[in-house]
Amino acid sequence: MRLIQKVGEWFDLRLQLGAPIRATAEHPVPRETASWFYVFGSAALTCFMLQIVTGILLALIYVPSAGEAWNSLQTLNHGISLGWFIRALHGWGSNFMVAIVLIHMVQVFLFGAYKFPRELTWIVGVFLLLVTLGMAFTGQVLRFDQDAYWGLGIGASIASRVPVIGPWAVNLMLGGPIIAGATLSRFFALHVFVVPGLLIAFVGVHLLMVLKLGINEWPMPGRVVRRATYLQEYHELTHKQGIPFVPEAVWKDILFSAFILVAIAVCAIHFGPFGPSGQPDPTIIQTAPRPDFFFLWLYALLSFLPPSAETPILLIGPAIGIIVLLALPFVAGEGEKSWKRRPIAVLTILLVAVALGTLTHLAEHTPWSPVMDAWSGQPIPAEFLQGRTALERHGALVFQAKQCHNCHSLDEKGGQRGPALDTVALRLTEDQLIRQVIQGGGNMPAYGKNLSPAETTALVAFLETLHPVNQKPARNASQAVALSESESEVSPR
Amino acid sequence: MTAENGISRRAMLMKLGLFLNGIVGVFLAVPIVRYLLSPVIREKKLGYESWLSLGGLEQFPAGQTRLATYRNPVVNSWDGETSDIACWVRNVDNQKFQVFAINCAHLGCPVRWFAQSNLFMCPCHGGAYYQDGSRASGPPERGLFQYSYKVEGGKLLIKAGEMPTPGQPVVSKAGGKATCA
Repeated sequence: MRLIQKVGEWFDLRLQLGAPIRATAEHPVPRETASWFYVFGSAALTCFMLQIVTGILLALIYVPSAGEAWNSLQTLNHGISLGWFIRALHGWGSNFMVAIVLIHMVQVFLFGAYKFPRELTWIVGVFLLLVTLGMAFTGQVLRFDQDAYWGLGIGASIASRVPVIGPWAVNLMLGGPIIAGATLSRFFALHVFVVPGLLIAFVGVHLLMVLKLGINEWPMPGRVVRRATYLQEYHELTHKQGIPFVPEAVWKDILFSAFILVAIAVCAIHFGPFGPSGQPDPTIIQTAPRPDFFFLWLYALLSFLPPSAETPILLIGPAIGIIVLLALPFVAGEGEKSWKRRPIAVLTILLVAVALGTLTHLAEHTPWSPVMDAWSGQPIPAEFLQGRTALERHGALVFQAKQCHNCHSLDEKGGQRGPALDTVALRLTEDQLIRQVIQGGGNMPAYGKNLSPAETTALVAFLETLHPVNQKPARNASQAVALSESESEVSPR
Repeated sequence: MTAENGISRRAMLMKLGLFLNGIVGVFLAVPIVRYLLSPVIREKKLGYESWLSLGGLEQFPAGQTRLATYRNPVVNSWDGETSDIACWVRNVDNQKFQVFAINCAHLGCPVRWFAQSNLFMCPCHGGAYYQDGSRASGPPERGLFQYSYKVEGGKLLIKAGEMPTPGQPVVSKAGGKATCA
């Protein structure tokens, strides 16, 4: 024991770090901040450290070459002892890190931590969010599979829409005219050197400011932030009523970080690594590329924006979002911190959460995409065929053969791109059905050139049968009148 | 030691040192920026965008649309499979062809051809195109990208080498005309 102490003293005499470390660890914090609400920042840092360690471990095997990356991932998954586990830890660590960074951001927003004097801490935090998302996207590219390949295509297509410099931006992003070896190499450099470097620098500044300015106090309704008096008030909270960070507050951080690490490990063991999916071979086109979880909401948004508004929203939307986040501490740098007195802040969080959650949920089901094999793989349920005439059954055949089923569902089978047709005969009359099939419209292609008159007749006859037994199909109420009038009128007007 | 004009020798030398470092920095920055921008400002080398064979005409029967592949003209040995690119070839009437890029005009996903309904469909966001490549429905703002083509010695050639994107739709929007061999 005495030896350890002597060695310690030997080092401290030379390093001179013991006193500053002790002062930092024991710095006073407001009593109420020793709370389970204050553990997300340290948990995000823990995730980041796990990512560094697992990332370095993966780099021992991974080959950042377009021709070999996919094979090296297979080797990691199947050829190296526990390689799959390291990949799974890195993948799940990434998901947890993004999630915790978002939770941390919501917490500090609702607790008013961005107000004076912590404006810059918030701004650096916004950059940390962007850089974390940058890590998630570039990491998804390094998992060089079909999703990565076509995901790069999506990124390039978005970049190309920037006015004037769009085509340049695409070439700069891809490192050449097509997605190829140069593309993977530069995303490797970004993911392993550039973005982590930024992340480490931003984390350093962020932490330094948390230490220098002190942790945000627990917001009390009515305790209003004013530039003139805040520093004095905070000083009293910390130095008169405060507690030392170590050990009175830190134990919750340590426990929560450990819990997160265990959760990541459990997910990694139970669910395994992400992919890789098919080989990044652009000639294999039987693929439906999808982004990783945290970009699914964007994937959904891209299918719902009207074509004319897509480019402006895609290019201006993110800029506006970032500007709003950066401007927040300057617009609302003083005033109430407590979320109990900030209803708009709470509603904003709820709105954003519901919007992102809904879009993510939709993207997991992609109702906007045709089900590419519904016409050949999902037969029409029998109840739509029983007791039908030959013509109507022929129409059902046309329905399958012309891939109508890829976009229209019957009994919840088939695509959801267009409306379900279970009761279409209630909505459209025979004439309207014929018109819709032949001319399309309302986001449906026109089939006039691809259907013979006989096929159209059969198809519409089948569609006319799609109504509940006890409800009659829609009919044109004026048709009978018009027909009888035309019969009674001998000569045209 | 302060000179008559109030600037010390040391301060002067420090400024001179900073100035020299600035000049060296600029000298280094120019080639570094040039290197970083090389994918953008590279000269269009010979063969960068060139005529590539998709194979004999017999592979593309009249009235049908078939998948074809070609190898990108500029490749490195480490590109692997990514240098093989697919495209759709439509033989209209043995005289006129259309060669469509595989990339959806919306966000570049690979479109699939359905011969039964004569439609191209995209698996990503549900874009659909008619057999002549024009937009049928969904989020795309335009029809499929087309490559210029020519027929030489019984082979179908296209001009390709760059991934088409909404901001850079291949060579020309209208596509090339057949040149009789």
